[in-house]
Amino acid sequence: MHSICSQATAVPRSNFAFDSHAPALPISKPINLRFCGLRKEAFGFSGLTHSCSSRVRFTSRGHSKRISASAENNGTPPKSFDYDLIIIGAGVGGHGAALHAVEKGLKTAIIEGDVVGGTCVNRGCVPSKALLAVSGKMRELQSEHHMKALGLQVSAAGYDRQGVADHANNLASKIRSNLTNSMKALGVDILTGFGTVVGPQKVKYGKVGFPDNIVTAKDIIIATGSVPFVPKGIEVDGKTVITSDHALKLESVPDWIAIVGSGYIGLEFSDVYTALGSEVTFIEALDQLMPGFDPEIGKLAQRVLINPRKIDYHTGVFATKITPAKDGKPVTIELIDAKTKEPKDTLEVDAALIATGRAPFTNGLGLENINVETQRGFVPVDERMQVIDANGNLVPHLYCIGDANGKMMLAHAASAQGISVVEQVTGRDHVLNHLSIPAACFTHPEISMVGLTEPQAREKAEKEGFEVSVAKTSFKANTKALAENEGEGLAKLIYRPDNGEILGVHIFGLHAADLIHEASNAIALGTRIQDIKFAVHAHPTLSEVLDELFKSAKVKATASSHVPVSEPVAV
Amino acid sequence: MANVLQTSFLPSTSSLRRTPISGSKGKSPVLQVKAKIREIFMPALSSTMTEGKIVSWMKSEGDKLSKGESVVVVESDKADMDVESFHEGFLAAIMVEEGGVAPVGSAIALLAETEDEIAEAKAKSQSSSSSSSSSSQKAVEEQPKQIEEAAPDVPAASSVAAAPPVSAPKTVALGSAVHPASEGGKRIVASPYAKKLAKELKVDLWTVVGTGPMGRIVAKDVEAAAVAGAVDASPGKPAPVAPGIELGTVVPFTTMQGAVSRNMVESLSVPTFRVGYTITTNALDALYKKIKSKGVTMTALLAKATALALAQHPVVNSCCRDGNSFTYNSSINVAVAVAIDGGLITPVLQDADKVDIYTLSRKWKELVDKARAKQLQPHEYNTGTFTLSNLGMFGVDRFDAILPPGTGAIMAVGASQPTVVASKDGRIGMKNQMQVNVTADHRVIYGADLAAFLQTLAKIVEDPKDLTF
Repeated sequence: MHSICSQATAVPRSNFAFDSHAPALPISKPINLRFCGLRKEAFGFSGLTHSCSSRVRFTSRGHSKRISASAENNGTPPKSFDYDLIIIGAGVGGHGAALHAVEKGLKTAIIEGDVVGGTCVNRGCVPSKALLAVSGKMRELQSEHHMKALGLQVSAAGYDRQGVADHANNLASKIRSNLTNSMKALGVDILTGFGTVVGPQKVKYGKVGFPDNIVTAKDIIIATGSVPFVPKGIEVDGKTVITSDHALKLESVPDWIAIVGSGYIGLEFSDVYTALGSEVTFIEALDQLMPGFDPEIGKLAQRVLINPRKIDYHTGVFATKITPAKDGKPVTIELIDAKTKEPKDTLEVDAALIATGRAPFTNGLGLENINVETQRGFVPVDERMQVIDANGNLVPHLYCIGDANGKMMLAHAASAQGISVVEQVTGRDHVLNHLSIPAACFTHPEISMVGLTEPQAREKAEKEGFEVSVAKTSFKANTKALAENEGEGLAKLIYRPDNGEILGVHIFGLHAADLIHEASNAIALGTRIQDIKFAVHAHPTLSEVLDELFKSAKVKATASSHVPVSEPVAV
Repeated sequence: MANVLQTSFLPSTSSLRRTPISGSKGKSPVLQVKAKIREIFMPALSSTMTEGKIVSWMKSEGDKLSKGESVVVVESDKADMDVESFHEGFLAAIMVEEGGVAPVGSAIALLAETEDEIAEAKAKSQSSSSSSSSSSQKAVEEQPKQIEEAAPDVPAASSVAAAPPVSAPKTVALGSAVHPASEGGKRIVASPYAKKLAKELKVDLWTVVGTGPMGRIVAKDVEAAAVAGAVDASPGKPAPVAPGIELGTVVPFTTMQGAVSRNMVESLSVPTFRVGYTITTNALDALYKKIKSKGVTMTALLAKATALALAQHPVVNSCCRDGNSFTYNSSINVAVAVAIDGGLITPVLQDADKVDIYTLSRKWKELVDKARAKQLQPHEYNTGTFTLSNLGMFGVDRFDAILPPGTGAIMAVGASQPTVVASKDGRIGMKNQMQVNVTADHRVIYGADLAAFLQTLAKIVEDPKDLTF
């Protein structure tokens, strides 16, 4: 995972040659566990100790005046600033923005109340990849059939739980120090404490029990991320009822664990737990497992990742009450029908993992000081990530990126948004094309996607009056996949046959997360199928799955080449 | 699996003509032309394909099919392929559900020519599909470990031969099904894998007693219940025990026979060897006579002696499951084969080396009673680490046993008989002697191990004072 640092700095600047094009971001972070700059508990303290008083002070001041009108209303428009750019939250988003800002010659500071790296590095993508690396290897070693087919003999594979947990923890520390060093080396000031916006272009930060420091900056980016979302009625004790934060420490491997939510987080953890010997029960509120995936991919994934494994599931139900294990009693989960709200079932399991998504972490940010109201906790922003206040006006010099704005809760999306903001404030208009941002789920095999799902594409086509075609290729036909004895998989291309535009690509198969970037780059750069099909792929490689996919698409002969397909779409 | 193939080709109705399997090889869409209700067969999609998995049915029961239309997606060893219908008609009955596996050439659905015939076809499918269902193959794989060798009661086994095939172990009366986690039997608490297995093995979870945490049903309970069910179901029926066997008929295996067959074939993958020994039993017989009145049985004495010998030779009590490593079992659990109606079961005397002979004898009696009443709990018959099989009561003087998969050794015990022997001082005398013959897994247990074990055993039997400590 040197990728965070190296890739963040290596975002191809050449993309900016065309202003209208979004940068292609080759950061292949999973999207399941996201960046969050500050921890909830910690922030709660800061709110108690000082932001309350300051809130009062500033509300009284801001009462008569519209903050958004202009900075001078506030009485303290700093003439000269301490910094060009202050970023609140040093997760992947803040880090990406900071590095790009330095490159652009901005004097930059980053405020972090917890540890550098945020959710992704400390409690998300990074440690989970360590666990998934272990689960992938265990799966392989345990699959007698697979080993035999390769002519290998392995004696009984086992694992040491603490060793696995240490691997995840060591990886996180390593990436965290890489991240810290990369910022220090470039001259980014790392300010320790909890950041609060106290007025336009003004932020205070400080640790509990220490005097606050006020700093000013020409521009401010909020990048405070998110925390695991725990629905009402669920009591998290951190031992038997846990969130991803706890699960990543792998303090135990329960015999039977219920996973509430079958999205990316849940799916990845089911992969880890079943490889380590647990049995898993999914609890999903929607009628289908893995909502959000292209339905065809979801169906295939269920056939490979769920059905043959020691997993069962309840769909269309809510977990209304989850009680941790105590006094010799197991964890109990009460389920009600998602539609009728009738009690449906009670489960008794050894542990429950709450993977119902993530909630923005924006409490105590002092947004009320500048008349910004969050929506379900998310900071409202426009397509350029500029914050919108309660009256619908843009707040000058204030931006919000990453999970805190909720546009696309992915580490690499946050970083891309941060880079986009830095482009804005250094005088180059830039809008990020969110449809070119890939996403991946690191199960075995992996799932990845970019752009629209087939139903989304068909809906769009209906509205805008164009035709949609679908092409598919199987991993079973790929030499490299067969050499690895991993022929299970499918790549699917959704495109416009009239002009060759790629609308979406979905891959389920070996190394899908790495394969998606050819498609996401093509979307970002506006490359059409009729052009990309002539690009050469090394043989034999898995990338030929995509090569074949593009070649199997039937674009009408009249479609021209070498013209950007369409304007990037902001979400 | 035999009955799967059998049933699908069973000429159950006059309208169905049998067609050889070879006829279905070749091009993928295979439909048998037979009157108005046709069977859709699992096609051979490649030359190496022996079975196929139903990925998905593209049509539902009752849907109209036109010629050349894709009906089902089948996964072979090479690829997923759409299978087209060769005929027009209505998909009347799906016999193998999605996810199910069927051998090449077996019927996976019925196609009716007209809508009116759907019902008829459905009825037909019900009569034949129960035993050809996709999971039966898996079921056999998971079958019992304890039914390992030819049962001593051959007559009983043959008496079931004419019985109809028992499709699935249904009711397994394993004592009370109430466990703490079930709120007094109101609901079932079973782990995800246990539920999956139960579905595959067609075990009714209500009849399974859980041994997992807080009485939860876990996978091994279901496996055990399936075994018990197989033992139970075969002869358990009120007795279609035909007095006469219809000669010249082909009879599909019952579930239990299938399980035995499977285990026997599986045992061939273990390299076994045998070592015999003749043991003088006069002292043991004398001891037995002395303490018989206290309820001690010969079986208990033999089990005890074996267990004490095993304690000195832990390698003989070990087992090799994966071919790469072996386990020294922590307890010495002696399983003893018992003939029951239509088969046999192996109740286990747990910790036979530690439990005193009187308790052991009581325990044995209790186990035998339970076995006859078919009320053995899973842990009472599937935890053996070493097996004893005694045919001495039938006058058999020597035989050898087949090693039950998953254990390291089994000992076949013959009858103790008065034998003329020459003693060391040059005299000729009479002694009671029995022959024992141990079959062991040579991957982990070697000749010298068995020799040493048998020598110890002989010493214990010939000087049995330690048995009653």
